[in-house]
Amino acid sequence: MSGRNETSRRRLAQPISRRRFLYGAATALGGLAVTGCGAVSIGGTGRSVDFWNLFGGGDGARLGAMESTFRKDNPDIQLESTTLAWGAPYYTKLSMSAVGGRPPEVAILHQTHLASYAPAGLLEPLDPQLLSEFDIGPDNFLPTILESSKYEGEIYTIPLDTHPFIQYYNTDICKKAGLLGPDDELKPLEGPDAVIEALKKAKEVTGALGLSFYAADSAGPWRLFYTLYGQLEGSPIISPDTREVTVDEEKSLQALEFMVALSQDAEVVPVDLDYGGSVAEFLSGNAGFHWNGDWEVTTYQDADLPFSMVPFPNVFGENHISQADRHTFVIPKQPTKDPRAMEPAFQFISSMLKNSLVWAKGGHIPAYLPVAESEEYRKLSPQSNYVGVADNVVLDPEAWFSGSGSTMEQRASATFQTAMAGRLTPKQAFAELRTMLQEFVDTPKPV
Amino acid sequence: MAAVGSREVKHSTKPAAQRRIDLNGYLFVLPFLVFYALFLIWPVILGMRMSFFNWSLVGTGAREFLGLTNFRELFADPDFWSSLWHSILFTLLVVPTIVVFALGLALLANRAIPARWFFRISFFAPYLLPSSVIALIWIWMYQPGFGLINSYLTRIGLPEVSWLTDPQVAMISVVIATVWWQLGFSFVLYLAGLQEIPKELYDAAAVDGASPLIRTRYITIPLLRRTTILVVALALLANLNVFDQIYIMSTSGGLDYASTRSLIVYVYEQGFTLYRVGYAAAMTYVFFVLVLAVSIGSFVLNNRRRDV
Repeated sequence: MSGRNETSRRRLAQPISRRRFLYGAATALGGLAVTGCGAVSIGGTGRSVDFWNLFGGGDGARLGAMESTFRKDNPDIQLESTTLAWGAPYYTKLSMSAVGGRPPEVAILHQTHLASYAPAGLLEPLDPQLLSEFDIGPDNFLPTILESSKYEGEIYTIPLDTHPFIQYYNTDICKKAGLLGPDDELKPLEGPDAVIEALKKAKEVTGALGLSFYAADSAGPWRLFYTLYGQLEGSPIISPDTREVTVDEEKSLQALEFMVALSQDAEVVPVDLDYGGSVAEFLSGNAGFHWNGDWEVTTYQDADLPFSMVPFPNVFGENHISQADRHTFVIPKQPTKDPRAMEPAFQFISSMLKNSLVWAKGGHIPAYLPVAESEEYRKLSPQSNYVGVADNVVLDPEAWFSGSGSTMEQRASATFQTAMAGRLTPKQAFAELRTMLQEFVDTPKPV
Repeated sequence: MAAVGSREVKHSTKPAAQRRIDLNGYLFVLPFLVFYALFLIWPVILGMRMSFFNWSLVGTGAREFLGLTNFRELFADPDFWSSLWHSILFTLLVVPTIVVFALGLALLANRAIPARWFFRISFFAPYLLPSSVIALIWIWMYQPGFGLINSYLTRIGLPEVSWLTDPQVAMISVVIATVWWQLGFSFVLYLAGLQEIPKELYDAAAVDGASPLIRTRYITIPLLRRTTILVVALALLANLNVFDQIYIMSTSGGLDYASTRSLIVYVYEQGFTLYRVGYAAAMTYVFFVLVLAVSIGSFVLNNRRRDV
């Protein structure tokens, strides 16, 4: 008895030598590494889908719900969804992953970036037969939308939605400003003066802002300008073969003068709000109106803000033309050549599209006809207010340097913001815009 | 009979043993050398090659030989010159500010004998944060309306400043954030340098009737010359390459891009957003020559002042 105590005490008293400690640590780490290998092999049949997207905020929550549905319905497919930051860095990462041979199986791509991805061979062409097997064949989409998914006759993208630039308004503030009709809907605003008048009345009610808009942003001013330019039915700003700058000067100046009038003459919108700030201002009731894409509806609904959404007002023209982009699913160039290997990816895309009513609740206009034409979608309010806009949208010109989050949008936005701040005249801003476009057109194509 | 004697014997009569010791040395260094060659030397060579082609991020254009076209283009590119100027201006604003403030704070902290550890921690703590955290913190502080700085300004009756979006102020905003961030490191260097100055010098000067100001000017600052040169050299090289704060504040915070875009931000834009890595590489090498000149300059300066 005492002998055993003495022995154990002696063993405890002996200090561990450095060599034994290192040896033991290395063995432990090796053991950990080996268990890691085991987990992967036990993991299942190996049908996995890596999905890259850029949906944060309210969109991210909706996406999560749709992904849960997919996981429940497809327990044999392992879904790994990665959300990356919106903007140019997402596109850099996606293209580099395709070039580097380690791309995700499915990714989101804005429609406007197809022109820089498809010619570079970064996407897999999609077989319409195979798509139809998964109920996502060409007949499930409008012909115009389907046409824009193609490059040189091959389908490369499967559209998820169209997200236009629209108008949010605070119903309480607009009621106090006398801008609502007898049905408590916003009275239609036709023409630049009517729009400015309405914003001024809203500003009187709030005492702060008439319009909350993100002028200090790399995309905001571009979207507003492009909407106004589209409403004026300006010519395409770049020729289809991207060799010439064909932007219409007079119409650009009209658009720019309206933007400058908003901030400088009527002073209904500040020029130093960034994206987060503009959402915060509208959310806290400091602004009567908010111009943004359709994706913030969940944010405002969750905060119980009294608001509604309508198509962008007819500042010029009559058809509520507005700037938009489309989210699409693409399959980046895969290292394996087996077409059947893409099946889990198609299964995923199919499930997403069939559940895109959830996505539509987040504000976007679904492209999948079975959902877009369904009763439930027609009943969604306020989303159903702007369904018709999808037929009258203007997308960025098809070029390697354009698209959502591109340098072209960023530079143009910087110029427009400077004009709205009164530091450039509309003529100077237009000159900068044209010079910038010309530089891009002259640059040798990297893709 | 001493160990030194026997080592000398090894040198001259047992070259094989010495070569084995050398070989062991090289083997120890080999893992690092492999990484160094793979990730530093080879990319430098590859980058040099890229700059002569219309090399694209997606791999196309690698065969399209352009000769000096990229270099000709960059010298004619107004954005290149403005970005280069922004990098230089940024450095010219940040480095003297850091030197002056770090020295001043170190002098003050040196006197607070019981609480010196507290000041060391407080001034050094920002340096431990990554650049992205710094950028985000300051973006929120610079916001109009509800931002910390503007709310204090309006509270004391001053007008708000558009820290991020006003092109006159944007660069200064980034400088302030950067100085706040990097001050701690130089501060700690100066504090250490101050500890090394013998107290007797101050006592002797006090006996001679020198005021505190004279003592600081003629004893402290000259004896800190080596530290100052070190601080300046490190700050110069770190800030000529400025990218993080400007990039993050531009993309996530509405920072006025046209008045703050630094050269490395422009290189990133051309190479990674517009896919033109060949052009970006050309700009990088031109910039490299400039930074090399600055490094050599500071090295020469440091060596010449060895008398201290």
